[in-house]
Amino acid sequence: MKDAILTVKNLKVVFHTYRGTVHALDRINFTVLKNERFGIIGETGCGKSVTSLAIMRLIEQPGEIVEGEIVFDGKDLVKTQESILNTIRGREISMIFQEPLSSLNPVMKVGFQIGESIAKIKNTSIKSCRQEVFEALKAVDLDPTRVSNLYPHELSGGMAQRIMIAMALSSNPKLLIADEPTSALDVTIQAQIMNLLDDLVSKMNNTVILITHDLGVAAQFCDKIMIMYAGTVVEQAKTEELFDNPLHPYTKGLLKAIPKVGNRDKLTGIPGSVPDLVNPPSGCRFHPRCPYAMKICSVEKPPLTEMNPGHLVACHLYGDKNG
Amino acid sequence: MKLGSYILKRSLLMLLVMFGVLAIVFAIVHVIPADPVGALLGGNAPPDVVERMKEQLGLNKPLFDQFVDYVWGVIHGNLGNSIQSGRQVIQDIAEYFPVTLQLAIASIIISIFLGIFLGIFSAIYRNRWIDHFSRIFSILGVSMPVFWTGLILLLVFYYILGWLPGTGQLSLFVIPPEKITGMILVDSLLDGNWEAFWDGLRHLILPATVLGYAATASIARITRASMLDVLNQDYIRTAKAKGMPKRIVIYRHALKNALIPVITIIGLTFGGLLEGAVLTETVFGLPGLGRYIVNALLVLDYPAIMGGTLFIALVYSLVNLSVDLIYAVIDPRMRV
Repeated sequence: MKDAILTVKNLKVVFHTYRGTVHALDRINFTVLKNERFGIIGETGCGKSVTSLAIMRLIEQPGEIVEGEIVFDGKDLVKTQESILNTIRGREISMIFQEPLSSLNPVMKVGFQIGESIAKIKNTSIKSCRQEVFEALKAVDLDPTRVSNLYPHELSGGMAQRIMIAMALSSNPKLLIADEPTSALDVTIQAQIMNLLDDLVSKMNNTVILITHDLGVAAQFCDKIMIMYAGTVVEQAKTEELFDNPLHPYTKGLLKAIPKVGNRDKLTGIPGSVPDLVNPPSGCRFHPRCPYAMKICSVEKPPLTEMNPGHLVACHLYGDKNG
Repeated sequence: MKLGSYILKRSLLMLLVMFGVLAIVFAIVHVIPADPVGALLGGNAPPDVVERMKEQLGLNKPLFDQFVDYVWGVIHGNLGNSIQSGRQVIQDIAEYFPVTLQLAIASIIISIFLGIFLGIFSAIYRNRWIDHFSRIFSILGVSMPVFWTGLILLLVFYYILGWLPGTGQLSLFVIPPEKITGMILVDSLLDGNWEAFWDGLRHLILPATVLGYAATASIARITRASMLDVLNQDYIRTAKAKGMPKRIVIYRHALKNALIPVITIIGLTFGGLLEGAVLTETVFGLPGLGRYIVNALLVLDYPAIMGGTLFIALVYSLVNLSVDLIYAVIDPRMRV
């Protein structure tokens, strides 16, 4: 059994808004093992990005981590001081964001922005990191001399995301969080970026958390997948197991909604829509949309239980098996 | 280069603007139903003297000819002679403008410094006491009329405490520096005349504070709004995710972006200050451009009014041109 690099326990995050408190994450639990490629899947607003920002401790007012632990490499990040967090961010945990073009500072040259990351880790001046910047750009297949002197508005989305990757991997972090790295890109560029990420991560052996709403991307890239719904974890399993044998009604619904070449049946969606997290449904948050809902579902929150080895699900349908 | 052609284009546009200003000012001055010769000679001057004066000033020619004469003069750097002082208007301006320029520079430095820092702190400590304090402090600045603030400051620091001198640019017994730029502080520095520098600085503190404080509010408010906007941008999150300490996130990543709209306001404010703050100049007894033009208006000194206005329009356009150039330096997206 491999070691855990990240363990999230009972993590609860809320956002205080004018409409009331948004329960963005409701006591979620998961463990990411060393060198694993961990996928987090869910629709918009299910708490995927909040999870990643919570790990980086970048949840800000009006958001708040109200309880839980985020244990990374033996340290509980929830209790860690800001000054120490700044030595972990960018060095041990790096992040790639969804919108590469707006994630780069518009008034700074690309080379400077990469150099800034490297200089911080090496504790030297930005100017003296020129060589490393060039290497980082070469690693993501960009022409260093030309690209390092460009400003973000002169880049395409794909180039910008390559630069974000170069920046994030320049420190060879233990954990890389990629928050929907390809959602804002064209399909052909998506494939290029995912392949590049795949290559680099295989070479450097980083642990990766890939956040996406694209089941196809996750299936190709991830070893293990966790499905989230409305701020809760509903299912988690090895990628093949999850696609072959989905247990949770929500996961089944998601898989049925993927079009397949050659299949001319009508696609089925999941009826209803994502609940309002100011007043989330009682019990299992999926019960109002669930075709198999029972009485208990609206009363009690189903615990995340292990059905098969490594396959966890939170659903009352499988309740009697585990008591 | 691109920048060169940009400046050239802007300068040509500026020429057009200047011509427009010239035409409008000329028209306005000449449709005022008032008689400059009468103002000059008094109501009871004999008719032949009046006629001679009119001829001497060129006022007996048709309006169009007067306009052509004036434009011709302006092209040759001649703004005409002031009716009141009899000197070249351009000489008068050269004498009065440095006083205003020095005051404007000192004031804008004060308001940039105060405004930007109040704005940054307001944004970082949004809705906390620092934010409220800075809001009240800066709104007070715009709300209080400058002649009132000026008099109160004079009362306190000159009359009651006696810490600072009252009016004028220099004390009576201080030897003024040799005139080079006309700005006392700059000249005394160039001259190495430390006594005059120190004395001039002490005379500048109160009027510059009054004017600078009044201009602080707009800069502080714009900085706050712009900073709040920038702090919510994705690239700030990236900087934080890179592990950049808060200080660097704010001053390196956020401020440069946040300053772009602030520079517009600074430019407009500075342009306004250069027109000469008549009230402040009057309260503090400074012989600045604002007072010069107001005096010219009172005696219908046509050449001085037109020359002064034209000069201010030129200065204003130049300030705006430099604002646009500063944009290009700060924001690479503007260089396209």
